[in-house]
Amino acid sequence: MIVSASLIATAVVLCAVGGILLLTRPLTRILLGAVILGNGINLLVLASTGRAGAAPLLYGVSLSRVTDPLPQAIALTAIVITLATTAFLLAMAYRSHQITGTDEVHDDLEDRRIVLRAEVLSERAQLRDEFRSGAEPTADERERYREERRRLRDRLRADRARQARGRDASGNLWNDVLGADPEDYAREGDAKADDRYPRDRGADG
Amino acid sequence: MNALVPLPVLLPLCATGLSLAFGIRLARFQRFISVAVLTAVLALSVILMVAADRQGPLSVHLGDFAPPLGITLVADRLSGLMLTVSSAVTLCVLVYSLGQGMTDRDKETPLAVFHPAYLILVSGVSCTFLAGDLVNLYVGFEIMLVASFVLLTLGGTGPRMRAGSTYVIISLFSSMLFLTAIAMTYAATGTANFAQLATRIADLPLGVQTLIQAMLLTVFAIKAAVFPLAAWLPDSYPTAPAPVTAVFAGLLTKVGVYCMLRTETLLFPGNRLGDLLMAVALASMVIGILGAVAQTDLKRLLSFTLISHIGYMVFGIGLATREAYGGAIVYVAHHITVQTTLFLVAGLIERRGGTTELTRLGGLARAAPMLALLFFVPAMNLAGIPPLSGFIGKLGLMRAGVADGSAWAWVLVAGSAATSLLTLYVVAKVWNLAFWRAAPPGQAATGTVLESGDDSDDDSDAGPDDIPGTGDEGIAPARRPEGRAVAATLHERAVTTTSRLPHPMVAATAATILFALAFTVFADPLTAYTDRAAAELIQRTPYILEVLGR
Repeated sequence: MIVSASLIATAVVLCAVGGILLLTRPLTRILLGAVILGNGINLLVLASTGRAGAAPLLYGVSLSRVTDPLPQAIALTAIVITLATTAFLLAMAYRSHQITGTDEVHDDLEDRRIVLRAEVLSERAQLRDEFRSGAEPTADERERYREERRRLRDRLRADRARQARGRDASGNLWNDVLGADPEDYAREGDAKADDRYPRDRGADG
Repeated sequence: MNALVPLPVLLPLCATGLSLAFGIRLARFQRFISVAVLTAVLALSVILMVAADRQGPLSVHLGDFAPPLGITLVADRLSGLMLTVSSAVTLCVLVYSLGQGMTDRDKETPLAVFHPAYLILVSGVSCTFLAGDLVNLYVGFEIMLVASFVLLTLGGTGPRMRAGSTYVIISLFSSMLFLTAIAMTYAATGTANFAQLATRIADLPLGVQTLIQAMLLTVFAIKAAVFPLAAWLPDSYPTAPAPVTAVFAGLLTKVGVYCMLRTETLLFPGNRLGDLLMAVALASMVIGILGAVAQTDLKRLLSFTLISHIGYMVFGIGLATREAYGGAIVYVAHHITVQTTLFLVAGLIERRGGTTELTRLGGLARAAPMLALLFFVPAMNLAGIPPLSGFIGKLGLMRAGVADGSAWAWVLVAGSAATSLLTLYVVAKVWNLAFWRAAPPGQAATGTVLESGDDSDDDSDAGPDDIPGTGDEGIAPARRPEGRAVAATLHERAVTTTSRLPHPMVAATAATILFALAFTVFADPLTAYTDRAAAELIQRTPYILEVLGR
């Protein structure tokens, strides 16, 4: 089968661009990625026709020289489906923006929680080792050790409380529109969660 | 008889039009259409199943175009059984959702959208089960997916948008992959029709064959949520309304398993990737169930058991003997029913106890003995306790594994036994926490409206925390007298706790349980049927002759 190299090359470039865009966070970029990737793959489908021929009309063309119409039909179906999905994604991005102020795809909550918990646990183990390795601890040292542990526990709780209260907008317009790094978000949200919900800190005192 | 084959796809689609045209004003008419059409589809499926069993596969070339050009629909024993089980389950879930919608009686509840989307979902599922070519399979997938996008994000609340975006992106990506696989297949063979592919793929160079097979398997593994490709599932399913989660958990993943079964037997006989499939099945079983052990939220926990038990079916496909295929088919039928039932029960528990977070539930066995029974039977069924259908499925698969006798097969048999035990542990844990122990002091009294708002998917604290003093920081639920605030479970995640559960919901759940029990009662005809279906899958000739012959 003879395939047009330019068709394949274009398809590859489109797929690469679309793939990269799919890996970003904001839904609108993902949407663009989906559109571009979809077009790239439609080109691949068209490339499966082989050598280009005459238009597949019923009359006036010898059947041996027409292009295979089936891939065109498949590509057409795929275009319609991509259109529908794109419309849905667009609506989702808009709705997401309405609710949270950003159209960012959030991390899996459980993943974040597991990461944080692992961090806190290892830090605590380190603290304990330091505390125990020394000689008889003074009252001051013991107090400091307890203080550190309390800080760690607070961190874990603050994170949990923040997640429980919904992932609201950070309030920073720049970040909300352009999509900040999740770390930035977490930091800003942290400060806000603390002053908005002082109960969290008081409750475990 | 062949003329009946397209009807399971066409009827729900036509009904969707009617439902959209009249549904907004005439809610009762809409409900009537949905129930009537799904009942008709169930009846048709049974007829098709029996006919396919007696006369061999039935096929239709739409518009009478010859195979490579037209759309081919084929109903053989496997499709017939899948159609019957899926339409029975969808009918039960519809009745359940009617019970829920009517009880909540909320103008905000977008039932006007729910019914058409649900019918389209049924149509898409039927289309994939009947598809006789890759392109039609792709279209069936897409019909199903677009409907599932709408159902999953019903109401458009925060957590649902979050969960929905993961699901939509993953689905979109797997569709693209599928389309690429179709393009490759077409470029290599010049057809997308299963029967023609079955005769032509064997002539291709080995590398091309393996490439196409691996591409298709990847696509179906994403749909079926097989382990390395399953991370999207527990994150996206639990936030949806209970009936939606139930039907998704029951059907959508099994559609992926069905496609694997179909393509592995018809297009790629000889089981070249069998070892890979078995490795993936083992990982899926063990890691899935360990995930379930760590969960304390019932819906998330059930999602993980779903991933785990997909492993059993993939195990059967990987073994690729007649007994193994038979066992896998029994397991698919069993698992569709039992997983749907468990999610329906989770919805009832949420309605009774106000939450599905196990650490906040308790004492339900005393407070709601009926509910306890409704949970207990499918839970034991999932774990595979002997007289129930889970045992029959697992027994079939393990016997096939032992008969195969290779080292891998023995490892898989051991793995599936261990998974079975861990499943028992998981459901026992749920039973102890939610039903058996005394009610915790903070439990919501009945008749309160809990506005869980958007903390719903944060309920799942990662297991028992060994850091002392970390209690539950969830927001105290806003309590309002019943009647002032309207609960809308299909719309948002506000829940009215009631001591009397709505009859249609209980009846629908009980019906799915009875359906699963019927597998036990009619175990002999069922296994004989699945054995014949497996034989037909391995033979391949009846299918190919039916489509290409004549």
